Amino acid sequence: MLMTAPIMFFVFAIVALAAALGMLLSKNPVSSALWLILNLFCVAGLYLTLNAEFIAVIQVLVYAGAIMVLFVFVIMLLNLAELPDLKKVEWRRIIAFTMGMGLLSMLTFISANALDMLPNPPSLAAAAENGSVTNLGKALFTVYAMPLEIIGILLLAATIGAVVIAKRKPV
Amino acid sequence: MEITLNWYLTLSALLFTMGVLGFLFRRNAIMMLMCVELMLNSVNITLVAFSQYLGDVSGQILVFFVMSVAAAEAAVGLALIIAIFRGKLTVDVTKINLFKY
Amino acid sequence: MDLSQAYASMTGDLANTMSLLIVALAGLALVVFDAFKNRHAATPWIAGLALTAGFVFEVSRIGSAEGMAYYNMLRTGGSAAFVNALVLGSGVLSVILTAPYLKRIGHNIGEAYSMILFATVGMLVLGSANNLVTVFVGLETMSICLYILTGFIRSGPGSTESAFKYFLLGAFSTGFFLYGIALLYGATGTMDISAMRDTVADGGSIVFWAGVAMLLVGFLFKVSAAPFHMWTPDVYQGAPTTITGFMSTASKTAAFASLILILNVALPGERWSEVLAVFAVITMVLGNVIALSQSNIKRMLAYSSIAHAGYILVGLAAGSADGYSGALFYLMVYTIMNIGAFGVIALLEWDKKEGSEQTLDSLAGIGYKKPLLGWTMAVFMFSLAGFPPLGGFLGKWAVFAPAVEAGYVWLAIVGVLTSAVSAYYYLRVLVVFFMKPEDAQSGAAATNFVIPKSSAAVLIFCVVLLFLLGVTTYAIELTGSFF
Repeated sequence: MLMTAPIMFFVFAIVALAAALGMLLSKNPVSSALWLILNLFCVAGLYLTLNAEFIAVIQVLVYAGAIMVLFVFVIMLLNLAELPDLKKVEWRRIIAFTMGMGLLSMLTFISANALDMLPNPPSLAAAAENGSVTNLGKALFTVYAMPLEIIGILLLAATIGAVVIAKRKPV
Repeated sequence: MEITLNWYLTLSALLFTMGVLGFLFRRNAIMMLMCVELMLNSVNITLVAFSQYLGDVSGQILVFFVMSVAAAEAAVGLALIIAIFRGKLTVDVTKINLFKY
Repeated sequence: MDLSQAYASMTGDLANTMSLLIVALAGLALVVFDAFKNRHAATPWIAGLALTAGFVFEVSRIGSAEGMAYYNMLRTGGSAAFVNALVLGSGVLSVILTAPYLKRIGHNIGEAYSMILFATVGMLVLGSANNLVTVFVGLETMSICLYILTGFIRSGPGSTESAFKYFLLGAFSTGFFLYGIALLYGATGTMDISAMRDTVADGGSIVFWAGVAMLLVGFLFKVSAAPFHMWTPDVYQGAPTTITGFMSTASKTAAFASLILILNVALPGERWSEVLAVFAVITMVLGNVIALSQSNIKRMLAYSSIAHAGYILVGLAAGSADGYSGALFYLMVYTIMNIGAFGVIALLEWDKKEGSEQTLDSLAGIGYKKPLLGWTMAVFMFSLAGFPPLGGFLGKWAVFAPAVEAGYVWLAIVGVLTSAVSAYYYLRVLVVFFMKPEDAQSGAAATNFVIPKSSAAVLIFCVVLLFLLGVTTYAIELTGSFF
C-alpha cells in the first residue's frame, strides 16, 4: 500500500474534518479563515502520506500562503460585522440540508464501492517516483505545456479583471 | 490496519459535502467563497489519491491547474465583493438580490 | 520524454492551431497597448482583426481531416474547426457591435477587448479539447473572463451584483464539474477523452456513472439548462448588452461542442439519453413559459435563450450522428439570430442607460421611427420562433427530426408545442414595435439617435445569413458530414 504510517492519516484526516466543521460553524469570518488555513495544512499533510511531495509543497505555498492571505486581508479591510440570525423559518436551509445529505450518502456510497473496480496500485517506490518534482515538471512542460500556457493567460486575465473591478473610481 | 484508497475518497467526499452545505447555508459572501475553496480542495484529495494509485501523473497536473484556477477565482471574487461592499456596505447575499422574478 | 523532441513536435502543431495563437497573442498585445495608449481608437480594430484572422483560418480548415495537436490535447480540423469558426465569428460580430456601444454608454474601457479575446481563447480551447484537463482549463478561462466582462461596468445598479451572482454560482458548479472529472479519471485511469471508451467497454462502473452525472451538472449549468438556469436571467439582464450577445452564443457553442464530443466519443451506450431528454423537456417548458410573463426585453431574451438550450438538448438526447450534427447546425443559427437580437437591443439603449431597466413598452412605435431596427428585429424574432423560410425553422427541424427517428416522438411534440408558445412572446415584441401607438414624451420614438454604420452592417449581414441558412442546405450538409 501507499501508506507508511496509518496513524498519520488518521491524525491529519480528523484534524482536517474538525477544522472544516469549525470553519462552517464559527460566526466570525476571520476565525473561519483561520480554521480553513488549518484544514489546508492538514490536506498538505495528507498529500505527504500519499507520497505526493510536490503537490504538498504547492498546497502550502499557494493555498495557505497566497489565497488565504488574500481572504484574511479582504476580511480585515472590509471590517465585517457578524450577520444577524434570521428570525423566520427558512425553507432554503431545509432544502439545503436535504440536498447536502443526499449528496453525502451518494458520494460515500461511491467511495466505499470504488476500490474493487479500480486497477491495482503500484508499489510505494513507484508512487513516490510518480509524485516527484522531476516527473511532474517533465509532464508539465511537455505533454501539458499547452494548458499551462492557457493557465498563464487565465491568471493574467484574472489579475487585470480584479484591478478593473475593484478600482475605486468608476471609469 | 491498512489505509486504502477508499479512506481518502471518503474523506474527500465528507469535506466536499461540508463545502456544499456551507455554501448553501451561509449568507456571508466571503464565507460562501471560502466554502467553494474547500470544495475545490477536497476534490484535489480525490485527484491526488487516484493519481498516486494509478501511477499516472495527469491527476496531479490537474491539481496544479485547479490551484491556479482557485487563486484566480479568489482574486476576481474578492474584487467583486469589494466593489459590492463599496456600494451597499454589506456582504449579505440575501440583500444583494437586485432583480425580481 | 525528451524536452528538445517535445518542442520540435509542438512547434509543428502551432501551424495547426494558428487561430488560438493569433487570438492569444493579440490579447496579450492589447493589454500592453492599452496600458500605454488608453482608450485608443485602434483597440477594437486590433481585437476585431485578430478574431477575423482566426475566423478565416478556421473556415479554411473546416474541410480538412480531423487531427490532434499538442499530444492529443486539442482536436483540429473537421468539426473542431467548425465550432472554432462559430466562436470566432460570434466574437468578430460582437466586437463590431461592442465598440460603438461602449462608447455610447460612456464606458469605453480598453480592457474589455483583451477580456473578450481571452474569453475567446478559453472557448477555443474548450470547444476543441480532447482531454479532461484541457476541458477544465478552457472552461475556467472562459468563465472567469465572462465574470469580469459581466461586472466591469459599474455605473448601473445591476452590473456588479449580477456578475457576483454569476461568479458564486459558477464557482459552485465548477466544484461539481471538477468532482465529475476526478471520478471519471479514477474509473478510467485516463484523462484522454478518446481513450476513455475502451476502458469502460463493460458498461462502466458506478464510479464512472457518478462522474458522468457530476460532469453533466457542470455542463448543464454552463449552457443554462433548467434546473441549473437560475443565474441566466439576472446575468443576461445585468451584463452590457453586446457582451450578453457574445456570452449567450459563443460560450454556449463551446460548452455544447465539448459536451457533444464527450457524449459521442467517451460514453458507451445510450444510458444517458433519457436523462438528457428529461432535462430538455424541463428546459423547454420552463424557459418558454416564464418568458411569457417578462416585461423587460433583455430578460425575455434570457429566458428564450434557456428555451433554445432545451431545443439543442433535444438533438443531443437523440444520441445519433444526425442529432449531433443537427445540434451543431442549430448552434450556428442560434448564434446568428441571438447576436442580431441583442445587437438591436443594444442600439435601442439610446439614453446611455443600461438595458437592465428598459421595459418592452417603452419601445412602442420604434419600428416606424427606425425601420432598419424594426425590420431586422422582425426577422430575428420570426427566426427565433421558428418560422420558415428562415434559419430558425430549418434548425428546429434539424434537432427534432433525429429525436423522432430515435423514438422520442413525445420529446419532439413537446418541442413543437413549446415553440408554438414561444411565438406569442416573440411576436409581442413586433406588436409593440409596429402596432402600439408611440409615447410622444418618454418613449424611444421621441428621441432621435444615430445608428452606427458598422452596427447596421452587422444586423443586415445577420439577416442575410438567416435567409441563406433557411433556403439553402449547404450548411446543414456540412454539419452532417462531421459525424
